[in-house]
Order: sequence, then structure tokens, then C-alpha cells
Amino acid sequence: MLSRRRPWAVARALLGNQYALMLEYRAEIALWALSGSLPFIMLALWSEAPAGAALGLGPEGLDRYFLSAFLVRQFSVVWVVFAFEEDALLGRLSPYLLQPLHPLWRYLAAHLAEQLTRLPFAAAIVAVFFAVNPAAFWLPHPGRFVLAWMATLLAFGIAFLLQSLIAALCFWSEKASALERLLFVPFLFFSGLLAPLAAFPPAVRAAALWTPFPYLIDFPARLLAGLPVPLAAGFGAQLAWIALLLPLVLLLWRAGVRRYTAMGA
Amino acid sequence: MGRYWLTLRRFWGTALAGQLEYQLNVLIDLLAMAANLAGSLFILSLFFIPADGSAAGADAVRRLGGWSWEEALVVQGVYTLLDGAASTWLRPNLGAIVTHVREGTLDFVLLKPIDSQFWLSSRTLAPAGLSEMALGVGLILWAAPRAGAQLQPVALAVAALMLLAGLVILYSLWFLLAASSIWFVKTWNATEVLRAALTAGRFPVSAYPPGLRLLLTLVLPVAFLTTVPAEAILGRATPTLVGAALVMALVSFSLSRAFWRFALRYYTSASS
Repeated sequence: MLSRRRPWAVARALLGNQYALMLEYRAEIALWALSGSLPFIMLALWSEAPAGAALGLGPEGLDRYFLSAFLVRQFSVVWVVFAFEEDALLGRLSPYLLQPLHPLWRYLAAHLAEQLTRLPFAAAIVAVFFAVNPAAFWLPHPGRFVLAWMATLLAFGIAFLLQSLIAALCFWSEKASALERLLFVPFLFFSGLLAPLAAFPPAVRAAALWTPFPYLIDFPARLLAGLPVPLAAGFGAQLAWIALLLPLVLLLWRAGVRRYTAMGA
Repeated sequence: MGRYWLTLRRFWGTALAGQLEYQLNVLIDLLAMAANLAGSLFILSLFFIPADGSAAGADAVRRLGGWSWEEALVVQGVYTLLDGAASTWLRPNLGAIVTHVREGTLDFVLLKPIDSQFWLSSRTLAPAGLSEMALGVGLILWAAPRAGAQLQPVALAVAALMLLAGLVILYSLWFLLAASSIWFVKTWNATEVLRAALTAGRFPVSAYPPGLRLLLTLVLPVAFLTTVPAEAILGRATPTLVGAALVMALVSFSLSRAFWRFALRYYTSASS
């Protein structure tokens, strides 16, 4: 099998190919980056409200938390279900299935390439943020930065697997992406994108920690912002979610491919 | 005028019939919408309940930019109503403009003996958003009396007028962006940016820092979309505020019409 004999060459070809493709869409990707401005709106609210001061993060802590939340979100955005649904509907999936490579690798490469394209725009937004708000400037400790980067990668992994699970349902229903909207709602409110988890009432926070969502934004963002965070518990939960989701996705995918009868047949 | 009315009825009748073919989707939309509103209320409540759970007590009563919980709920209700209007009416219609430009089918629209802006703005309807509008109205009706609003005929008329002005401004913003696709076919993503920015309207504009408040009033008139109608519902709208909102609505609508005429001069159909 090609993929087993020369994985490095395959990965390089896939990534290079997808990166070239994504560069074509850089104007759109810049707009997508801008449309992730929600954390900044929430930051403006929290920094004015008395409830924000009661969080005990201090004004800089709040600034750094929401900037980090913005960055983590930028590098963990997942759209595999939309790409997959289109490919399945248009019949592009059939040739992919014939290749000696799991199609999910192709989508994974596309996402990583898109993040690389996004990098300069995200950096520009960060630069503007610090220009407007110089008091918030900070350089994370290198060790912390590496940890935060790993946590963001794991967050991306969880989000990617969760959406692949829904994407695999496309084998049964043509409109599985509608389910993604249902998944997005708890993500939006429990991930920490709109409010740090510290602001939640204790009971809600405890319940949220049993879902994957806080590990998608809140945990990596706190790491990056240099706020106190339970390291072992956070990484443990992230790895546990990946260990749970990965076999599920692969199983569902295998069952789905068996049902697949190319569109238009 | 009668011709436009008849056309509108035909357009929306067929759209409804078409959408009811996909009942499961409608159900999922409903569920997502209700959950979304519940989540928004949860986030809003975080500004009012202290995190450590120490409830009650006179000084535990928090305010958001000078607005009480019930008053802020009215703003939330107006936002939900307008967002529902956007997903019922604006998104499906104005999203199609990009496709028309790209595929060149805008030619057929321009040839029809009816105003092209009217045709493009009212061709279809996504009924899933109607329930969101109903939720918004319900929330306003629940919260407004509790916030101390006296629902008298005059106040109600002013509130309806302000809601209409907000809707017109929202429409104009969307249409300006959609019309710019005549030049930049791929700018549909810009509406995602607009959508994200409009989320600021979930909260009263006085809750933002002064600089941003100015921006949200004059540049991106979010203040006129939700805060001003909410003030009117609560019976606090001054004549100056009402006048400003009406002028804003008139200016933005005229701008959208002028911009469409201007854009059409540059339309050269697909693949020239």
C-alpha cells in the first residue's frame, strides 16, 4: 500500500497540493478570519460590566483570555462536514474511495493547509489588537506556548472527529449537515468563546466539564493567556475524548462505505 | 402597485410549498433556534448573576450598561425578532444574488417587467425563520410589562415604527453587501462578517465602551436595530431618537437603491 510505504511523501504531496489550492481562496479565508470577531465583542462587554470585574482575572487577564480564545478558534475551525457533503452529493467521493488512502486524510490535509493560509491574517488581527490595546501585550513563556499549541491541536482534533462523525452520517442521510447546526449550539455557549467558564454558575460549569466543549476553547485559551489551569486534567480529558471518538468515527465510516452507492446510480 | 402585491403572494406561496417538502429540516431548524435562544439567555444571565453563586441581596442586583435584566431581555427579544426576519427573508433572497451574478442568470431578472431590486429582494421565503420571529415577539411580550412598560396605543405605534425602521436599516446593510457581488463575485463571505458584527445587537449599546458605542451608532448602526426599538417598547424613546432612527432608515434605504443603480452600470453578465 502506497500510504504505508511512503507516508512522508504522501503527506507532503497532499499538504503542498492543498496549500496551493487554499491560497487561491485567500480573500475568502481573510473574511472568515474576520468573521471570528465574536470574542472581541464579548470582551468589550465583559470589560465594561461589573460581572467581568468579579471574575478576578483583572483587565489584562480578560483581554488576554478573549484574544487567546479568538486565536484558538481560528486554528480549530472545522468544516469537514460541508466539504464531505458536497463531495458525496456531487459524486466526487467515488474516486477518493478508490485510492489507497483513507479519504479523511485528504480532508485533514485541507484543514491544515487552510490554517496555514489563515496564519498571516490572524497575525494581522493580533497586531491590530495590541496596537489598540497596548496594555494587554504579553509574550507567553515558551514552555507554556508549546503546551498551548499542543492543546489547540488536540482541540482541533476533537472538533474534527466530532464533525467527521456527523459527516459519516451523510452515508445514510443526504442532509446530515443540518445536524451540525445542532452540535454548534452547545459548542457556542459551553466552549468559553462567549464567556470564560469561570463565569458560569458552579453547577453549570461542572456539567459543562463533562462535555467536550470546554476543551475546545476555554482550556487552550487559558493556557495561552497564562491563567491558572489544571494541566493534567485538561490534557487528560482532551486525550480521553480523542480516544473515545476515533474508533467511533472509523467504525461508522466503515459501516457507511459499505452502504455507499455513488450518487446518481 | 397591485401587480407587485400579486407577485409577492405568488412568490411566497410557492416558497412555502417548496419548503414544506423538507419537514425534517424544518424540525431541526426549530430545535436549533430554540436551543440558540436558550443559550443566549444563559450568557445574558451571566452578567446579572454573580459567579460565586451568592444570590439575592440588594447589591446583588446587577445592571448591564444601566439596563435591568427584564429590560435587557426586551433587547434580546428585538434581536431575535430581527434575526428571524433576516433568516426568513434576507438571507435566502440576497444570498441568491451572488449565484445570479456568477451564473449570468441576473440577465433574466433584469429583463423582467418589474423592478429588479424588488424581484431580488422578495423572490423567496424561508419559513423556518418565522418561528424565530414568533419567539422574539413572545419574549418581548413577556419581558416588556415586567420591565415596567405601559403598552398604550401611542407607545405601541412608536415601537412598531422603530421596529420597521430597524428592519429597513438591516435590509439596506444586507443589500449593499449583496449588491457589491456585482464587482467581487466571491464576497458572499462578507455577509458572515456582517452577521458576526451584528451579534453586538444582542446587548444594549450602552453596555459597550464609549468608543465602540459611537462606532455601533454611526458606522454600523446596530444601535438603531435593537437598542432604539427596545427603548421605544419601554416607552423611553425621545422625539430626537425617533427622528434620528427615521432619518437613518430613510438614508440607508435610498443609499441601497442608489447603489444598486450604480452597480448595474458595471454589470457585464457572466463570462464576457
